[in-house]
Amino acid sequence: MSKKLIKIENLHASIEGKEILKGINLEIKEGEVHAIMGPNGSGKSTLSAVLAGRDIYEITEGKVTFNGKNLLELDPEERSREGIFLAFQYPVEIKGVSIVNFMKAAIEQHREHKGLEPLSPAQFLKLMKEKKELVEIDSKLTNRAVNEGFSGGEKKKNEVFQMAMLEPKLAILDETDSGLDIDALRIVANGVNKLRNEHNGFMVITHYQRLLDYIVPDVVHVLYDGRIVKTGGKELAFELEEKGYDWIKQEVEG
Amino acid sequence: MAKNDDDKILNEYSNKEYEAGFVTDIETEVFEKGLNEDIIRRLSEKKEEPQFMLDFRLKAYRKWLEMEEPDWALLDYEKPDFQAISYYAAPKSTAKYNSLDEVDPELIKTFEKLGIPLNEQKALAGVAVDVVMDSVSVHTTFQETLKEKGIIFCSISEAIREYPELVEKYLASVVPVGDNYYAALNSAVFSDGSFAYIPKGVRCPMELSTYFRINQGNTGQFERTLIIADEGSYVSYLEGCTAPQRDENQLHAAVVEIVALKDAEVKYSTVQNWYPGDKEGKGGVYNFVTKRGICKGDNSKISWTQVETGSAVTWKYPSTILKGDNSVGEFYSVAVTNNHQQADTGTKMIHLGKNTKSTIISKGISLGHSNNSYRGLVKIGGKAENSRNFSQCDSLLIGDKCGAHTFPYIESENPTAIVEHEATTSKVSEEAIFYCNQRGLDSEQAVSLIVNGFAKEVLNQLPMEFAVEAQKLLALTLEGSVG
Repeated sequence: MSKKLIKIENLHASIEGKEILKGINLEIKEGEVHAIMGPNGSGKSTLSAVLAGRDIYEITEGKVTFNGKNLLELDPEERSREGIFLAFQYPVEIKGVSIVNFMKAAIEQHREHKGLEPLSPAQFLKLMKEKKELVEIDSKLTNRAVNEGFSGGEKKKNEVFQMAMLEPKLAILDETDSGLDIDALRIVANGVNKLRNEHNGFMVITHYQRLLDYIVPDVVHVLYDGRIVKTGGKELAFELEEKGYDWIKQEVEG
Repeated sequence: MAKNDDDKILNEYSNKEYEAGFVTDIETEVFEKGLNEDIIRRLSEKKEEPQFMLDFRLKAYRKWLEMEEPDWALLDYEKPDFQAISYYAAPKSTAKYNSLDEVDPELIKTFEKLGIPLNEQKALAGVAVDVVMDSVSVHTTFQETLKEKGIIFCSISEAIREYPELVEKYLASVVPVGDNYYAALNSAVFSDGSFAYIPKGVRCPMELSTYFRINQGNTGQFERTLIIADEGSYVSYLEGCTAPQRDENQLHAAVVEIVALKDAEVKYSTVQNWYPGDKEGKGGVYNFVTKRGICKGDNSKISWTQVETGSAVTWKYPSTILKGDNSVGEFYSVAVTNNHQQADTGTKMIHLGKNTKSTIISKGISLGHSNNSYRGLVKIGGKAENSRNFSQCDSLLIGDKCGAHTFPYIESENPTAIVEHEATTSKVSEEAIFYCNQRGLDSEQAVSLIVNGFAKEVLNQLPMEFAVEAQKLLALTLEGSVG
């Protein structure tokens, strides 16, 4: 049996007194890809932000165990170094800081956390080159400042590239497909597929089924009103695509 | 690949105390406190100056007596008591040294703590150093190499004795003795400083570097720097500063003058790291400096680059007078203020010649309770046909108790001129810090990275040796800025 990667138990979170997550239970094992689907406002992005440690949310109840550790006790940077990666829905611009330098700083922290020596400039450049090829990203992009003046597609490619660089244990993709044309979608999905292996896991958050044509999930969860209301195989995604979310709402409320 | 030293730097400087805050224990000869004509005469005599220098000093002193300390800057500080300052302090052994072995080992230790590249090893890196410690120049490297090219690089005291005709011709030709209150005071009492002369057509093969260091408690520093680039010459000059920790405020009122003749180019870079005072704003250096260059000949160029992280109060406007046709003036500045630091800094670009161009890039970063002001003047004279200026002033705020202010003044007397001014103010956003956190950087590293990115256009202007030091200083100033 493969190892447990993350276990979320009865997770409640609120923002400004308003409860968004109302008791999430979810478990992802190594080698698994879980899709989280759901209508707008169901709490998908909140779940990803809470797992990454965004402090604007208050955790009111519940427990998250990641890699045997109490995740909720860790600072966001420690979660990153422990192997949680969040591909942002809206990646942030950092003016004047090239992706190369940004990644160099990040990798140094990750390596230090693991008790590894810093990479030499040559080793680092070699790693950059490998990962650029893997996710089909252009040097023109990696030499630019982080997300500065990037198109929507470029921003998402950059997220996947950073994911490749940091080799997380658990990657959370927060609506990575939003705002992507079909070519960009394919590149992003290919990148993810190449990074998939038996030791890592993915949580793919999406509103639409189309991303799941490219990234085939093992498990599909439907998030509605802060709870996971349905769990199934990949066929559940097709059902949602066909019928929309209304039947879920009716099932839950009715 | 550009070297990113952020992390290393942060580790290196994890001790938050001001590192340069130590006092060297050297026997020092100090004048009694106070200022009068007799003090000036003794100072001039002590320095074995020719008559013209004494006359110059006395003239400046008499001018200064008639002047009043200006108060138009957005600065709040206790006015210095000029009678409570000693105007001369020299390391006791004022003999010139032939080798480092002869220099007081305490002094060497001080320099080593500061990482000043005095030794041969560092010198091989291509930096000639004229170290000024409490007013008297104690060591100059590379003099011989420079001499071969006809370049003069020495203390101003030496220049006054050895090259009086050059000094007499150019001293106060850019900053007249009565230019302003502190320039007048400096002219009267300046103790030492640096002098550089680059002869016609010579490209100075190395960066000329001066490290200033305030050491004697209660001794005001009145440095005087004069740089003359003769026709078709080029020089890059570096000025770096640290001061030991002190409880009383220390006054520093330097004057820097640059003369660029026809087709000459001067690049002047400063990294300023004087003690900024403690967290409550106690102590710290007052930096009231007058820096001005003149592009005297056609096609000449003067470029100022400064990284200001220190001092309790900074009041400076490195300026350029664009007299020659087609001359170019540039000003690149990063000013960081933290805790209770105050900075009122900027530049003046005075366009007099035809087709003159100036560029101003100013980046102000405010943290804590500090106040950071950009104040700049772009003046286009009536004869400055087709002149252009581009100014960009960006402010970055960290926290909600600091202030950023921009005071651009534009005076154009020529309708063919084009003057552009852009200004932005932004905050370091929570989102940006979280984004960095999510990639494994802690919040301090995140802010350091964001600030370095913000200041990149200016940092890129610095010579390599200085760029690393500037990054260190930025990181040091930002420490503890995020909760």
